[in-house]
Amino acid sequence: MNFSQIYSKKVLEHVRNPQNMGEIKNPDGVATVGNPRCGDIMRLYIKIEKKDGKDYIKDAKFQTLGCGAAISTSSIITTMVKGKPLSEAEKITNQAIVEALGGLPISKTHCSLLAADALKKAINNYRQTHKR
Amino acid sequence: MKTIYLDHAATTPVDNKVFLAMESYFSEDYGNPSEPHLWGQKARGAIDQAREKVAEFLGAKPQEIIFTSGATEAINLAHKGLIEAVRKTQNKTPHIITSSIEHKAVMETCKHLEKLGWAKVTYLPVNKDGLVNLQDLEKAIQPETILVSIMYINNEVGTIQPIREIGEAISQINKLRMENGELKIYFHTDATQAIQYLDCNVEKLGVDLLSLSGHKIYAPKGVGALYFKKGMPLRRQQDGGGQEYRLRAGTENVPYIVGLGKAIELAQQNKEYSTKYIGKLREKLIEGVLKIPKVELVGNASKNTPHIATFLVKGVEGESMMLLLSDQGIAASSGSACTSGLLEPSHVLLAMGYQPEKAHGSIRFSLGKDNTEEEIGKVIKVLPEIVQKLRKMAPKL
Repeated sequence: MNFSQIYSKKVLEHVRNPQNMGEIKNPDGVATVGNPRCGDIMRLYIKIEKKDGKDYIKDAKFQTLGCGAAISTSSIITTMVKGKPLSEAEKITNQAIVEALGGLPISKTHCSLLAADALKKAINNYRQTHKR
Repeated sequence: MKTIYLDHAATTPVDNKVFLAMESYFSEDYGNPSEPHLWGQKARGAIDQAREKVAEFLGAKPQEIIFTSGATEAINLAHKGLIEAVRKTQNKTPHIITSSIEHKAVMETCKHLEKLGWAKVTYLPVNKDGLVNLQDLEKAIQPETILVSIMYINNEVGTIQPIREIGEAISQINKLRMENGELKIYFHTDATQAIQYLDCNVEKLGVDLLSLSGHKIYAPKGVGALYFKKGMPLRRQQDGGGQEYRLRAGTENVPYIVGLGKAIELAQQNKEYSTKYIGKLREKLIEGVLKIPKVELVGNASKNTPHIATFLVKGVEGESMMLLLSDQGIAASSGSACTSGLLEPSHVLLAMGYQPEKAHGSIRFSLGKDNTEEEIGKVIKVLPEIVQKLRKMAPKL
């Protein structure tokens, strides 16, 4: 008995062993998206490092209250952005997240939107709070 | 891994005795019951016997039982069949009263009748315990009220409606209506979850229509029955041959009907024992689960059915709980939006006044006759760990 009829292997891996779960103290960017009324709420923290005048995501962590799809999209997005230049990370679309997870059930695609949204907002938050 | 099935309100396995009773009607005694030859008459006899068993269980006459494909069909037939039969005889649009916590089969059927303009519908609220208030119901009755439809046991939370009291109140009103030569109010109950645990005698309940399903009582999926009081107006919804007293056309599903008859006979025999045994398991489950902080039981524990316990776990989403339980071999269910395929949490929990954020954290365990104390012990050991894991993952708000 399992959820493998609903979710891909990759999704289940991330639900069972979420990557980069938790909080970053003093993050450079943070965003909370979704709301508990809808059942999904996701918070994404990023830590930025400057290398050769370029912004890189040094660390990313998530906290999520939600279903399996919400947990797995949160988890995978942290692995997708870690070490990436900010300019590249912000181009990650929800389709890319879904693909990285080996697909999501159609009724769950809104969860991938949530993760992409959280990333965008966390980056915005960084830019706004770190204006020169 | 040893698996633990705690989703009996969704469906049950076919009992071996039921299976054995059905077996010969597939390839040996396969006749069409409408045929006068030996094969046909053997099948006819088997259906008659099953009908007698169902009738006896409900305290009804065999001519008052229609076999259907399940409770959903029975419910559709009861509601649409009655409204279709009476609407032409009325000057005004017939009125239906139902509750806001009915199964989709009732809710959607009522909505469809509204959409057609064939009926007006009142959806009664429920209190925090999920109960319909009798005074609310009486107040909702209009001169055009033709049908009251209230479920016996709620499938999501296990609350038991006061069917007997409602039946009594309706029969008082009907006495007056009869004196005035008016059309009576018919009373339907969806008894799908109640067959194994509660008194389903239609006379005592005061119902004119009662729907039930096979697969919730250890018979196969795809068979059910409708009780309808003899002589009441009812128009069949499936046209064709003259089967089932001309109220449900189509060659009878002989083996499944035999299975339903056997299952209901066993339900009758085991009622007292299962109520006691399963009730005890449920007590143990509730006691264990409520030890987890910030968890509440839905409904009033002492007044609910013995086989359903639904909890609201704060700060956790239901589907993820189901998933991690499933990893431990445990099958449960949830009313969270993520399990419905829609983005709305359970209409039952919302109607009971729970906020959506609470409803998303619901988890339902529904017990059956083959569950053991050991299994419940495993659940109350594993669930706190799962809840802790998921709470740790969630952001602080």
